[in-house]
Amino acid sequence: MNRLGRIVAMLALMAGGAISAPARAETLIAAMSSHQIQITSNYTGSQLTVFGLVERDGRTAARGDPYDIIVTVRGPRRMLLVREKERLGPIWINRTQRRFPDSSVFMTVASNRPLHEIMSEETARRERIGLDNAQRMKDPALDLDVTTARFQEGLIRILSEKGLFSQEERGVTFLSNTLFSAPIDVPATAPTGSYEIDIVLYAGGVPLARQTTNFEVVKSGIEQRLASGAHDQPLLYGLATVILALLFGWIASVVFRRD
Amino acid sequence: MQIYLPIAELPISILTVLALSGAVGFISGLFGVGGGFLLTPLLIFLDIPPAVAVATVAAQVAGSSTTGVLTYWRRRALDFKLGGILVAGGILGTLLGVLFFNSMRRLGQLELVITLSYVTLFTVIGGLMLYGALRAMLRIRAGKPARLRRRAGTHPWWMGLPWRMRFPHSQLYCSVIPIALLAVVIGFIGAVLGVGGGFILVPALIYFFRIPTAVVVGTSLFQILMTMTGATILHALTNQSVDLVLAILLLLGGVIGAQFGGRAARNLNVESFRLLLALLILSVGLRFAIELFIAPSEPFSVVLPESAR
Repeated sequence: MNRLGRIVAMLALMAGGAISAPARAETLIAAMSSHQIQITSNYTGSQLTVFGLVERDGRTAARGDPYDIIVTVRGPRRMLLVREKERLGPIWINRTQRRFPDSSVFMTVASNRPLHEIMSEETARRERIGLDNAQRMKDPALDLDVTTARFQEGLIRILSEKGLFSQEERGVTFLSNTLFSAPIDVPATAPTGSYEIDIVLYAGGVPLARQTTNFEVVKSGIEQRLASGAHDQPLLYGLATVILALLFGWIASVVFRRD
Repeated sequence: MQIYLPIAELPISILTVLALSGAVGFISGLFGVGGGFLLTPLLIFLDIPPAVAVATVAAQVAGSSTTGVLTYWRRRALDFKLGGILVAGGILGTLLGVLFFNSMRRLGQLELVITLSYVTLFTVIGGLMLYGALRAMLRIRAGKPARLRRRAGTHPWWMGLPWRMRFPHSQLYCSVIPIALLAVVIGFIGAVLGVGGGFILVPALIYFFRIPTAVVVGTSLFQILMTMTGATILHALTNQSVDLVLAILLLLGGVIGAQFGGRAARNLNVESFRLLLALLILSVGLRFAIELFIAPSEPFSVVLPESAR
């Protein structure tokens, strides 16, 4: 009994020490293979790699539990509308819809082992870890709403099918005890904009250190020129398209003319 | 081989788009319809955002109808006088249609309006045409003339309304009122559904005004060319949703397909022409009806509001 009590006290000290004396806790150092993805005309998606190092010094407390890393990548935020088809008489129509005003259009959660092995479900919900939890409404009142939860599931299911949402249970690889890497797949359909990467170090279900970094997806070359041309010179762009279309039609009638 | 579309913001297989636009171009050249009513849903099926699909197809339809217009013009099967009235009425109808489109979008029922109109319009028009074509075929079998010929001095009542005009190319002497009304309706439907309206115009001119098929096709193509040129510029100005790279791919397939379609049309007799067009329109209507009546496997859909693009 006494021994058990001592262990509990020691654990409490360790946990307390991690919070009150940051010098003694681990620190995370992260680097990315690239901070920019350029979209060119042959772009079919891209891959980035996050490298990280768990830094400890002599004073860092020894851990009984192994390190766990969870990498969460969040894409640009957009307003999303989720609609549900319902039966009305003989036909199926969109009847209810929910707005998700500040939802990420892209999200990847990568970890070195399945999330439920790293932490309890409760902790994951509280810390907003994992696809289901990260998308959750900030307002807890809305969180309890059963209908919203169904729409939430629908949203995650559809975006997962499109490859925009993913959860990689073995997406983080430890190269040594403290060195890890995580490849991030960015599909071609991922929107342009800035992406946030959140890396959290866990041991025994407790967050120890956190590091954030980011990258961006931009159009470049002719893709960028066409897109900005369409926005900055819409009349010119429209006229150019029409002239090109008429030219195509005329050339075809000349080339194929037989009568 | 894939190419990235700068406005639609996704990569697409070049061969798929060429094959698709070639096939639709063939149908377009064969029947004198723009082909937008086939191409737009197909592109949306390939995950291209609806706004980009509608706007880019407008450019493609303008290009492929140019070829057709030039061909029919050379064959003197184009009535510019009739076409002019159709274009003028079409502009008015387009304006009304855009107003209706925006008010339905505010109410959040745009998708239902579009699906329901596709279903009713296509099944009704397709069904009527199929009925007409089959009846004509039966008459031929029975050894009677395929169609009741127009006798001098007899005409439906709407052709006898005031402001009658002569359209020598179309062998038509008819009041302007029903023609302009038809043009307004087609402009309205075109703006709401994002289609040129040739699939309504062609049968309407054949059935209600008894204009020779060759002239109908040429004139319809002329009207489509004018409307779609305007629509492309309007789309580019108002929502920047015209994808130039996609437009070039669609044009390449479309103009070539339309050439072969136009040539095949010459070897096609009127009765099978009507039967095939009826079946085509009817099948598109049924395809939308299935979507409406069959329980969806995924009841949810995610929409990125257009303003966010």
